[in-house]
Amino acid sequence: MEKSVVFNNKLLPYLLLVPQLIITLVFFYWPASQAVWQSFKREDAFGLTSEFVGFENYQSLFAQPEYYASMLTTLIFSSLVAALSLSIALLFATQADKNLKAAGAYKTMMIWPYAVAPAVAGVLWLFIFHPSLGTLARPLRWMNFDWNPLLNGNHAMILVVMAAVWKQISYNFLFFLAGLQSIPKSVLEAGAIDGAGPMRRFWTIVFPLLSPTTFFLLVVNIVYVFFDTFGIIDAVTGGGPAGATTTMVYKVYADGRLGGDLGGSAAQSVVLMVIVIALTAIQFKYVERKVQY
Amino acid sequence: MVEHRPLNDIIAYAILTLGVFIVAFPVYLAFIASTHDAATVVGGNMPLTPGSHTLDNYYRAIFVGGSRTSREPVGHMLMNSFISAIGIALGKIFISILSAYAVVYFRFPFRKTAFWIIFVTLMLPVEVRIYPTYKVVADLKMLDTYAGLIMPLIASATGTLLFRQFFMTIPEELLEASRIDGAGPFRFFWDTLLPLSVTTIAALFVIQFIYGWNQYLWPLLITTQDSMQTIVTGIKKMLYTTDELAEWQLAMATAILAMLPPVAVVVFMQRLFVRGLVETEK
Repeated sequence: MEKSVVFNNKLLPYLLLVPQLIITLVFFYWPASQAVWQSFKREDAFGLTSEFVGFENYQSLFAQPEYYASMLTTLIFSSLVAALSLSIALLFATQADKNLKAAGAYKTMMIWPYAVAPAVAGVLWLFIFHPSLGTLARPLRWMNFDWNPLLNGNHAMILVVMAAVWKQISYNFLFFLAGLQSIPKSVLEAGAIDGAGPMRRFWTIVFPLLSPTTFFLLVVNIVYVFFDTFGIIDAVTGGGPAGATTTMVYKVYADGRLGGDLGGSAAQSVVLMVIVIALTAIQFKYVERKVQY
Repeated sequence: MVEHRPLNDIIAYAILTLGVFIVAFPVYLAFIASTHDAATVVGGNMPLTPGSHTLDNYYRAIFVGGSRTSREPVGHMLMNSFISAIGIALGKIFISILSAYAVVYFRFPFRKTAFWIIFVTLMLPVEVRIYPTYKVVADLKMLDTYAGLIMPLIASATGTLLFRQFFMTIPEELLEASRIDGAGPFRFFWDTLLPLSVTTIAALFVIQFIYGWNQYLWPLLITTQDSMQTIVTGIKKMLYTTDELAEWQLAMATAILAMLPPVAVVVFMQRLFVRGLVETEK
């Protein structure tokens, strides 16, 4: 949808765009293009010289089983977190949107964890489920369940998913609730007069009207799962045990820093960029057609 | 709402109570841990009620520092977090409201291109290009500076997208009326668009302040001096010390301190934020 009434100034729109474009070019496109350039080069151990090696970095990257493992980990991790946090948040938001007496207090109590840093959220959940001192690890031990996220890869994945979902529910809740509250009550009343029950009203009126919010949240959630969960993973597992929670982003970081393989790390960045740009383009085109503005 | 069914209400209360419990429990436990001494916390049988070491733990965390190996007081980290979070929030609001205004209310060559140039950044946060960005910031001599902490993090489209979506919902009649009254782009922006955008700005401020406050990887990389460290990056260093025993009670006190300011922002700004969005209800 486009505005049909606009201003006709020739220079002004460019001036308005200048601050954002400069910052975007210097701190986004310059480094991003550096990553592309670097991915075709190899530096010596001291970083003094570098030579052009073509696709060698990519070839060695796609020869690594660990790389495919990190792709799978990312896929599992992001589907679990996005699906769980969006649906749980929508459930809570629809309940809070009902005209309950204590709805205001509930809202406040649900919203605030939105402000907790992913790294802090990770530390909180690690503390709860820490194999030796965790409060909720104790009942698991009594049940003779050998819970140990520090050694068992699946347990580690469960722990980071829990922390990531916990952290994201309030964010999604906040936006779903705002979206729900902006729906005119008269529309719902009209639906009710026509005999539509709560479920039918939800799927035929509320859910379609909520689609701009859902679209926004979907984009934000995918970004969140791909990137913001870095703090959780680094604080809880450090990508371990044995790479079980090493997502693609975490691998970029670990290979560049700990391994010092800047060329390989840059190649991974480029692959990640291509995946995510493709994902966005498809999603933006596909979702916007269905969105009710 | 439309109809009232008692059973419906009971289910809603039950679901919400469960939600509040899930959401609050980890933070409650962290608070409890921050009130006990090290032995009680590490012992694995920590009670679920507050202990007697609250003041001692928080005093040590704020003024002395957490880890035995690198004692950097949390008080100073708090200030670094404040400066960078506010810088990120205000900086982003400024650049994105202007660019969204340009993209929505003007027609000019390369408008779509400009929008896509900005939009693409949404999907590639700083995490993907950390090392090249690190190099750019190092070349610009901005390591260990607030500018270095702030600028790369505002190079993103979230704000622009939010303002664009909001501007799209503003009736065209408002612009027509303003133009009939002889208002130019500056008058329209200042007298009409900005007042209408107050709640959107507040919402974006909340999001960006917290986004800035909660940054982890970027501050971790570009702060080489402990004096420029932010509180969120400080916590992990307390847990993974070279010593055998991490001081969980101090780490948890730090976690509570790291949560307080952004949580206060959410709670305080919440009324303003919700009020604007709910106007249809009245």
